[in-house]
Amino acid sequence: MNKGKHSISRRQMIGSLAALSAMSGLSMPAWSKGRMNRGGALKKGFDALSGPDVHLHIGEGHFSASGRSGHGIGLNGTIPGPLIRLREGQQAKLMVHNMLKEDSSVHWHGLLLPFQFDGVPGLSFPGIKPRGHFTAEFDVRQSGTYWYHSHSGLQEQMGHYGPIIIDPAGKDPVEYDREHVILLSEFTPMHPHQIMKKLKVSEGYFSQQKTATFDRYDMSGEERRMWGRMRMMPTDIADVSAPTYTYMINGHGPEDGLELPFEPGERVRLRFINGSAMTFFNIRIPGLPMTVVQADGQNVRPTEVDEFQIGTAETYDVIIKPKQSGAFALVAESMDRSGMGTATLTDQAGRRANFPELRDPPLLSMVDMGHGGMVEGGHEGHGGGGHSGHDDMDNTKMDHSKMDHSGMKPGVMEKPAPAAMDHDMGGMKMRDTSLLPETVEVGPGIDMVAMNPQDRMGYPGLGLDNVPHRVLNYKMLRSLEMDHGKRPPDREMELHLTGNMERYMWSFDGKKYSAVSDSPLRFSYDEKVRVKLVNDTMMAHPIHLHGIFFELVNGAGHAQPKKHTVIVQPGSSATFDATFNEPGDWAFHCHLLYHMHAGMMQTVSVAFPEKAG
Amino acid sequence: MKYIYTLAAACFFSSPAMGQESHSQMDHSQMDHGEKEQIDHSGHDMPPKTSVPPQNAGSGPPNAADAIWGADAMEASRDALYDEHGNMKLLWIQGDRLEYRARQGEDGYLWDMQGYYGGDTDKFWFKSEGEGSFGEKIEQAEVQALWSHAIGPFFDFQAGIRQDFHGPDRTHLVVGAQGVAPYHLEIDIAGFVSNKGDITARIEGEYDHRLTQRLILQPRAEANLSAQDIPELGIGSGIDSIEAGLRLRYEITPEFAPYLGIEQEWKIGGSRDFAIADGEDPGITNYVVGVRFWF
Repeated sequence: MNKGKHSISRRQMIGSLAALSAMSGLSMPAWSKGRMNRGGALKKGFDALSGPDVHLHIGEGHFSASGRSGHGIGLNGTIPGPLIRLREGQQAKLMVHNMLKEDSSVHWHGLLLPFQFDGVPGLSFPGIKPRGHFTAEFDVRQSGTYWYHSHSGLQEQMGHYGPIIIDPAGKDPVEYDREHVILLSEFTPMHPHQIMKKLKVSEGYFSQQKTATFDRYDMSGEERRMWGRMRMMPTDIADVSAPTYTYMINGHGPEDGLELPFEPGERVRLRFINGSAMTFFNIRIPGLPMTVVQADGQNVRPTEVDEFQIGTAETYDVIIKPKQSGAFALVAESMDRSGMGTATLTDQAGRRANFPELRDPPLLSMVDMGHGGMVEGGHEGHGGGGHSGHDDMDNTKMDHSKMDHSGMKPGVMEKPAPAAMDHDMGGMKMRDTSLLPETVEVGPGIDMVAMNPQDRMGYPGLGLDNVPHRVLNYKMLRSLEMDHGKRPPDREMELHLTGNMERYMWSFDGKKYSAVSDSPLRFSYDEKVRVKLVNDTMMAHPIHLHGIFFELVNGAGHAQPKKHTVIVQPGSSATFDATFNEPGDWAFHCHLLYHMHAGMMQTVSVAFPEKAG
Repeated sequence: MKYIYTLAAACFFSSPAMGQESHSQMDHSQMDHGEKEQIDHSGHDMPPKTSVPPQNAGSGPPNAADAIWGADAMEASRDALYDEHGNMKLLWIQGDRLEYRARQGEDGYLWDMQGYYGGDTDKFWFKSEGEGSFGEKIEQAEVQALWSHAIGPFFDFQAGIRQDFHGPDRTHLVVGAQGVAPYHLEIDIAGFVSNKGDITARIEGEYDHRLTQRLILQPRAEANLSAQDIPELGIGSGIDSIEAGLRLRYEITPEFAPYLGIEQEWKIGGSRDFAIADGEDPGITNYVVGVRFWF
């Protein structure tokens, strides 16, 4: 790939980070001296830290968003924590000071580093004791948008997260004049342990959108009875949602009026990071198309869309080109459409965009129950079909207005016709455990088995398969750098994502993490494995592998995109290729915080090269 | 279709030489990533499909960090790691029905509580029920202490003892099942063997019908059965009694919901005869007001 085509030098490097206390954050003597305002107020948003040494101080305090307040955990006095800005090729020295009364940790999400610095207590290191500190020192081998967060208990829910940007050593293939970090998260005054308990004992506790006699869902009585018969809920889309959650962008709730400046004519790079505990967001800026240029920190071929769904722990970088003066609404709507995070993109300070109303909440379908193939012929999504022309496209001249998108109906077949829902479930078993491979342990922790799981790489995400504009899906992601030296996988394996909604049990292969402590997923050094994840649950799971990027098997051939997190759609499968060339023990888990806490986690143990003889 | 993609992609990688050649010029217009080309290579072997890692992948529990930080330093955090990811134990207490019962004659009261402590699979479960009329001796009062073990995705097996605190002293062995049946029907079935050798059983079913997000109509039914006459308790063999109720509750929060309702009790068969002989009404209509809560 000719990078030169993309890489006109950046005209302006310094990003005007939203609602910052300017660049005073670059030198913060208070933090470097280890002083922390314990129990004081945590501010919104973040300062920027760079340089050879970076100090992070984890502390607790009072935090408010959209007029609600409660206890929070911040870093260097803010939620989110400070932006860590590194450069590819430098030696990073990240020093973490724990000012909490309990153990803590920082996981550098998406960073390639020796496993002992990865920040998972009990797996990569012993954790950081109260008043203790930890230093991660490593060579920065990559560039892109990443983030960091606690891997201790449920601290992440309370604000323990922040952004990382690594600038490339050479020219950035992405051209931009200005950038904004858009870190999505949730705030709740409720303690995360309380949330976990309520999830365990009361199914659907947090949903205000359950089906009821007086609801507005377009469902027939037969459909409703079918869901009841299965002991499932078609509204089971987000386990925790608004109003328990206030959705935030950079620590600002919708009422806090976050402004992101731009000048007309600029190319603005938005670095979206989903740092939430439990939320998938639908991102759109009505009136401004977005060109996706990076996914999970890895450059992808520019793809213009009007909306995209970002799973928990994923990142996407997009370029927007606002030509005229005005105020644009940046909308981060939760997948279940219970609420949204908002910010105004404007060239006039003080202006507020008109934000759209929440759209009607979506419902789960037959495909989400794993009956994909039985509905409409069973072929997989062709959402990206309209973009097959990208292969021979000169990206600098890409004119999407000329592209014919009329033929593009993302994931159209995933939406079953209402008629298909009407027919009886007679021949469709919800829990035919004979379909499971013997590696799966059948027990109370499995309430469903996908009867005919489909690969849904072409699916744009729940509720976005029938919107009247262009939506991103995994098939549209093509790595900017082609890899022609690919070797075939040495083996294939299948891993099942299993769960029980009623009991709120979540696991891989029916075995909770607490039950498999002595049997990690083992790989020899440099072994290349094709991993098929089969989702035997009705929830979308963002599955994250620490320390190693995998390639989505999405039909992109030599341009398979690299990612650190993949959404496995409900009742469906997703496949990736991973070359296990980073030795050590790595965490592999669902990035929905309470799913992980319930046991949906495993250790990936990669042998060291000296042992590999 | 999905299979073809997977197959095609796999085969495509398995011919790197071809890849090198055709891509060296970076002529994307000639590059065809379409399915056709990839399918042409479908003659290649698939990699082995196995979750079994090769010999040199190592074995045993994950312990790479021990070499860096020391096994002693890792031990406590490693225990905590597994414990925090799936081993959670919970205490839950529910007052399902705590109600005042207006009816002909003396008004009455009723409690029906349960709770548990434990993990996903095994729990200590307790239940307590009782009722009576104001100004009279308590009609019924019992406590059950049970081991509850998950036997499927929706049901627990339960076993333990029940102690009665009304009438003649009775202790029972309890064996039962509790869970959620299709249509979200909450079911509790138990059989009892008393220290006098009497065998009885109880079947309860509840269903929450959401009218709105907060307003819930709950039909409830209960049947008590007996294998023999137990004259001192006024129980006849066969169906002893049936209760059918309808409660409308408003969830101020899911944890706290006051309700209004009506419940009809019928003594049946031998029990009916015992009741009539005692001068009691074998059929009672209760107008109830109460509260349902849990924490």
